[in-house]
Amino acid sequence: MQRRVTFDSRLLPYLLLAPQVAVTLVFFIWPAANAIWQSVHLQDAFGIRSEFVWFENFTHVLGDPNYLDTLKTTVIFSVAVTVLAMGVALLLAVLADSKIKGASAYKTLLIWPYALAPAVAAVLWMFIFNPDIGSFGRALRALGFDWDYRLNGGQALLMVILAASWKQVSYNFIFFLAGLQAIPRSVMEAASIDGAGPVRRFWTITFPLLSPTTFFLLVVDMVYAFFETFGTIHALTQGGPGKATETLIFRVYQDGVVNNDLGGSSAQSVILMVIVIALTAVQFRFVERKVHYS
Amino acid sequence: MLTRRKLALLTGAATATALLFAAALPGTALAQSKTVIDFWHGLPQPLGGQLEQIVKDFNDSQQTVQVNASYKGSYPETMQAAIAAFRAGNAPHIVQMFEVGTATMMAAGPAVKPVYQLMQETGASFDPDAYIPAVKGYYSSKDGKMMALPFNSSTAIMFYNKDAFQKAGLDPAKPPATWPELIDAAKKLKASGSSCPFTTSWPTWVQLEQLGAIHNTPFATQANGYGGLNAELKIDAPLYVKHVQTLIDMQKDGLFKYGGRDNKPDALFPSGECAMIQGSSSLRSRILKEATFAWGAAPLPYWPEFANNDPKNGIIGGAAFWVMTSPKRTPAEYKAVSQFFTYLAKPEVDAKWHMDTGYVPVTLKGIEIAKAQGYYEKNPGADVPAAQLTRTPTTENSMGLRLGNLPEIRNIIQEELEKAFQGQQDARQALDASIKRGNTVLRNFERANKG
Repeated sequence: MQRRVTFDSRLLPYLLLAPQVAVTLVFFIWPAANAIWQSVHLQDAFGIRSEFVWFENFTHVLGDPNYLDTLKTTVIFSVAVTVLAMGVALLLAVLADSKIKGASAYKTLLIWPYALAPAVAAVLWMFIFNPDIGSFGRALRALGFDWDYRLNGGQALLMVILAASWKQVSYNFIFFLAGLQAIPRSVMEAASIDGAGPVRRFWTITFPLLSPTTFFLLVVDMVYAFFETFGTIHALTQGGPGKATETLIFRVYQDGVVNNDLGGSSAQSVILMVIVIALTAVQFRFVERKVHYS
Repeated sequence: MLTRRKLALLTGAATATALLFAAALPGTALAQSKTVIDFWHGLPQPLGGQLEQIVKDFNDSQQTVQVNASYKGSYPETMQAAIAAFRAGNAPHIVQMFEVGTATMMAAGPAVKPVYQLMQETGASFDPDAYIPAVKGYYSSKDGKMMALPFNSSTAIMFYNKDAFQKAGLDPAKPPATWPELIDAAKKLKASGSSCPFTTSWPTWVQLEQLGAIHNTPFATQANGYGGLNAELKIDAPLYVKHVQTLIDMQKDGLFKYGGRDNKPDALFPSGECAMIQGSSSLRSRILKEATFAWGAAPLPYWPEFANNDPKNGIIGGAAFWVMTSPKRTPAEYKAVSQFFTYLAKPEVDAKWHMDTGYVPVTLKGIEIAKAQGYYEKNPGADVPAAQLTRTPTTENSMGLRLGNLPEIRNIIQEELEKAFQGQQDARQALDASIKRGNTVLRNFERANKG
């Protein structure tokens, strides 16, 4: 049966929709249109001279070997952050879901990091891992390990991945925990009675029933790693050393805000917009299809 | 629900507000008769507060102009804010712009009112020759006209740890004057147990831009960009290759430590970890506050074979004040700006700012005043930056850089240096890659600003 709401007035539905439409227009359509307009123009910083250059900004960006390197870094970074954040969160959620003393205290503590702004989290990490002023960084050096993320690209990437994942574990944890608690106890008990061990129960019952949550988090975490880790990277490494930790979104900022290259930066924004639209489309398809498993 | 107590409090607050408002009214009326000038700056505390104090002193010194200073974040953020405001038709009257933004501002054409023109139109007396030549040169157009009002300038010098020198058997009164001497000192410091004999802040500015000026070697063609927008980087000259390779080798041998980009390495010196640092002269106040050892200041060392034992003046860093245009500007507002600038250009104001903050004096008379007040006797080494800036007449190569999007070029060079310090490439490859990427930036700037 389909439920339909009917309105007496023809105007009312539009009126009710108007705020949402206005928000979308002002905060998405208008800036997005601006970005598209700028991505096909070459402009000086002050916007005094402007020249229509077709797709030159795009060919310039896509033909830049540094941009392709940055794309590669972004993929490595995003996959690593997603896998790490989800893996750790799932492990913690399964543990916190079991009947242990002080479970609610653990849960609260695990959710805490989510309340931190990415830049603040990054500064905390810096105070731990900086080779000169960080407690752990100094300890590593004292042990004879050559820890210096300012000059070692691999170490720098590892550190931003850890910092970015740590931040996202809490968010994933909440969803996994909710998903776990929605799994009927009776199913688990039946499996127990049939002689299935905890590992077998997890892989044959828990994990499949969690799959909608897992997929949702996969998309959310990918988007997070792509777009919301700017603050972390900016505060920790500024994309360096070399370009070892430069992601696509960081480069958009760098080119647009620091380097005043609005055309190139806008072209990159448009490319990113295409990526996020694709990711969202995948998510919607999935949510439509799978989430109503019950 | 409101309790009686809350209600009483609210009523009280409302009355107080009304009273305050009434009291403020005469003040508002007064402010309206004054010409109000917006002034955006990018100096964090404590420097920002000291700048705002100067603004307050000016406001108190006369009745007709009210300058409102506001902090807009770091230099790049202030630049962005000013650009965005101009695009929206709301540019501030005055904006503080860091020295690497100079070429961008000069190319901005109608967005900027050159200072010489402003002073001429408003009939204010303004003498460009009052300024130190290295300062004047940096902010002058090709035909020698001052485009901005110099204010807070710094230069690059070296600080060294006298205690560490003593421990290494070096003479604390004799800092290394040349690079071979510096390498020698670094070796002795390392032998005495120093984990970081030498580091540098602002790698591009100090190790390449200043290096070129001191050795009278061009950084770019077209007289470092003064001659036109079609300049190209020239940092593959033997001087630069030799110097960068030296740094790479020193780093391998544990004589030099790369401490990060921009001013990140600053912390390594006052903490006592690094025995020598080359960085901005404005680092002085931080060292004064934090260092627990004896230290000294010295000019940047030079390469005898490239400098002919005649090192030239260094170039400046820091920032200057630019006048921005807007469709709504009135002649009275420009007049007010020129009044404010006349005040700032006074040698006494300059000398006070220099002595309070550690920035170099920008006027020749400012140096005299500081000298006359005995500032340099009380603060040994505080005269090093000004001495280095004024030690020779400026040449085409020591006037400064006039390259578009210089912040981007600086970052490119930092990235390539980092790759070299990681052992991925040698000096020649790093500099060639910097030139290739830097020239692309210059060509884009040329195209966007043509005509």
